[in-house]
Amino acid sequence: MEQKTKIAAEEGKHDIMITREFDLPVELLFRAHAEPGIIEEWMSNPYATAKVVELEARKLGGYQLESTDAQGKVVFRSHGVIHEFIPNQKITRTFEMENTPFGVQLEVYDFQPLTENTSKLHMHVIYESVAQRDQLLKMPFAQGLNMAHDRIETIAGKLKQ
Amino acid sequence: MNLRRDVFQAIADPTRRAILLLVASQAMTAGAIAANFDTARPTVSKHLQILTECELLEQEQTGREIYYHLNAKKMKEVSDFLEPFRSMWDERFNKLETIMQKYK
Repeated sequence: MEQKTKIAAEEGKHDIMITREFDLPVELLFRAHAEPGIIEEWMSNPYATAKVVELEARKLGGYQLESTDAQGKVVFRSHGVIHEFIPNQKITRTFEMENTPFGVQLEVYDFQPLTENTSKLHMHVIYESVAQRDQLLKMPFAQGLNMAHDRIETIAGKLKQ
Repeated sequence: MNLRRDVFQAIADPTRRAILLLVASQAMTAGAIAANFDTARPTVSKHLQILTECELLEQEQTGREIYYHLNAKKMKEVSDFLEPFRSMWDERFNKLETIMQKYK
């Protein structure tokens, strides 16, 4: 499949921009970010199952996520608060992985309709420092990912020390 | 967390980036590299040591001189460092798209 996701990360800055166009109406793109069952489905992969422990999808709301391996062991937890929640337009939230040195990141999701059946997502992610951003970008394992779970455990174990 | 010395820390320093640019065109001795900077020679030596340790530079003995040249393979690693992160999101978003098609 063609790779449609683009990432802009300027050297020496502490933010990134992720952009992606979808063959989906903006309403469905937004729903995929607002309903626990759907979030769990697309955030999971063969190595890690995503679970939405809690989600209060509204302004002044919050959420907690959990990722478990094939044996049901929790690999990591993350949580954040929701600053802005405008259906089909915008979500502003914080994101923090528990027990890691990565700090808190601010995420601004901008949902745009392109046509009746296509839409675009801009995700602006702002990190606490340039160092934290670069460290996280180099560790895609950190947010869920395509690595054997033993490898994730090894690295996650190191982070806790 | 004990951060080991890696390529990304190495290129975070402006002097070290300038050194990499210098030797990109031709292999150079430490003295020739240092001549391009106002900083003290030992400081440049330290930068060269760091760049060599993380394999961005390679040393080559020619007669009595040691020449530094760029390790192109390692440099490619640096330019590709965003790729795993990008493809992770690409895979996720592909999945999101597939899942949401059925709600149409």
